[in-house]
Amino acid sequence: MRRYLARKLIIYVVTFFVAATIDWLLPRMVPGNPVSLLLAKMNLQPQTYNATYSLYMKAFGFNRPWWDQYLNFWRALLHGNLGVSIYDFPKPVTSVIADYVLFTLALLIPAILLAYFAGNKVGAMAARRKSLDNTVLPVGYLLTATAYPWLALLLAFLFAAGGIGHFFPISGGFSYGLIPAWNWAFMWSLITHWFLPFLTLFLVAFGGWAIGMRNLIIYELESDYTHYLEALGAPSKLVRRYAYRNAMLPQLTGLALQLGVIVGGAVVTEVTFAYPGLGYLIFQAVGNDDYFLLQGIFMFIIVGVLVANFIIDIIYVLVDPRTRVGISGA
Amino acid sequence: MTVVGHEGDLGTDEPVPVDKAPVDSTGEALTAKKRFEFLYFAVRNKKLLIGLSVVVLFALVALLGPLFVKHSMLAYGPPFRPPSAAYWFGTNYFGQDVFAEFVYGLRESLFVGLLGGCGATVIGMTFGFLAGYKGGMIDEALNVLCNVLLTIPGLVLLILIAGFLHHTSAVIEGLLIAGTTWTWAMRAIRAQTFSLVSRDFVGLAKLSGEKSRSIIVREIAPNMSSYLFLVFILLFGGAILVAASFDFLGLGPSNGMSLGIMMEQAADWSALPLHLWWWFVPPGAAITCVVGGLYFANVGLDEVFNPKLREL
Repeated sequence: MRRYLARKLIIYVVTFFVAATIDWLLPRMVPGNPVSLLLAKMNLQPQTYNATYSLYMKAFGFNRPWWDQYLNFWRALLHGNLGVSIYDFPKPVTSVIADYVLFTLALLIPAILLAYFAGNKVGAMAARRKSLDNTVLPVGYLLTATAYPWLALLLAFLFAAGGIGHFFPISGGFSYGLIPAWNWAFMWSLITHWFLPFLTLFLVAFGGWAIGMRNLIIYELESDYTHYLEALGAPSKLVRRYAYRNAMLPQLTGLALQLGVIVGGAVVTEVTFAYPGLGYLIFQAVGNDDYFLLQGIFMFIIVGVLVANFIIDIIYVLVDPRTRVGISGA
Repeated sequence: MTVVGHEGDLGTDEPVPVDKAPVDSTGEALTAKKRFEFLYFAVRNKKLLIGLSVVVLFALVALLGPLFVKHSMLAYGPPFRPPSAAYWFGTNYFGQDVFAEFVYGLRESLFVGLLGGCGATVIGMTFGFLAGYKGGMIDEALNVLCNVLLTIPGLVLLILIAGFLHHTSAVIEGLLIAGTTWTWAMRAIRAQTFSLVSRDFVGLAKLSGEKSRSIIVREIAPNMSSYLFLVFILLFGGAILVAASFDFLGLGPSNGMSLGIMMEQAADWSALPLHLWWWFVPPGAAITCVVGGLYFANVGLDEVFNPKLREL
């Protein structure tokens, strides 16, 4: 078990290192450095331009040798300093992120967990009932084949913009007329704004889990231990429970692999609904050329995904006894 | 549909007995037999037929669509028109023909998807074969690289890159998508290669002094060609989906049209409150149909290639 978790931890440390290096390297690799791009927006006279340019280069430390810049970057990063937002100057990037992160978590965690459990249950049911399978299979495939922005637009049109009705607000995290407070009016506003983005993320992920579980259960029900149990006369309920437990393992690995896709989907969904989460913020940062904010959110998302991966690893160890005694590990 | 229907005439001969022996470079006759066998099952597989016909239908629209476009994308007619005989898919906020945008957008989306899918397949194959065949340190290094990229959310990485790049073209977009989506393909191909490397015919090829490159190309790859094809189909579909999100965020080609850009413009120019559903429903529906068709064809092909899954 130690070896299994230690190996995973090494991968995560390497991932963090690589991601941070990409984060540092990218602005230095693209043609036309960020400073000249920033200044291009300012419409400066040539004289002022040169003076401002060298001032900015010095202020951001671009005039120092690259290894010094790189070390500085790490020093700041390890102190939790992600720089200052350019657009929201002079607010530190970390506190800008703090304003948005709760919305993203409130969206992602329920969507991931509910889609995972509901998808697994429905998929397992479809695997043994042909009549259910005939609808679950095509619907599941269509849902996974749906682009997040389209489902988001479609739901917004049907249920918020009046395609069918105006049941939900079309954008934002809560009504602008309300002041954030612990009262029912505000909570209700939060829930109604949350529902459609949540539903978008839930539906797409649900399709994938349902298909995955269906295929896995069918595979498990063909395996030797199932035939042996049946030959012993075990009740089919018991057989199904064993099949379900065995199918959970690849699904758990799949959950770790799907995290990145779901986070990407959340970005697009938040943008569509102007839902004030990290995805909406990173979109704004790109639009405003707010490079520090862009880099900061990237690092923040990486840390979040790594933590989630590690939690899944621990659950895997709890669920799969083989990793505990060290016979084999996934 | 046309392609399958044509090949169907060839495939309705007597069923050929299943032969599970691996295809090696000397088995010409065997390959021919196998091909007939695949066709026999292919034309009888509903999932494959449905999936493939949907994909071919949209490919035809992309190829031949420009012949039916009556209004230039840059011509500004009456705005907000619902679908009619003059404007098949209606007109948008500016009075542009949505059908024209759809046809050219579909072309670009399929092109980016194809480029992304091909690129990711090539990278995944190269790394997968290398890791699986060489093993040892190379395998370890490639595996770490793969795991690192698997953990970093692809779309977020793409956003970061695009945020600094400022200008992208369809080709750059396709290559960027290929560079971030090959990971699971490599894992799958690596695992398959592992299981083939220990087989006798690979050992024989090694003994006879064949170079690693030619062993991979002539002995290993042909034995998992069907698998590689399935991997390509999934990567193709996945690339279309990623490109749609990427374009929707306004990061796509600045001087072009794609299905994602159509949805972006519809969202930006009040298609929702103005109820211009004909502006954003066709592009998204086309993506769902094409990608769904690819997934269905994938399942069908899996049943055709894999004797265990065939329903007889």
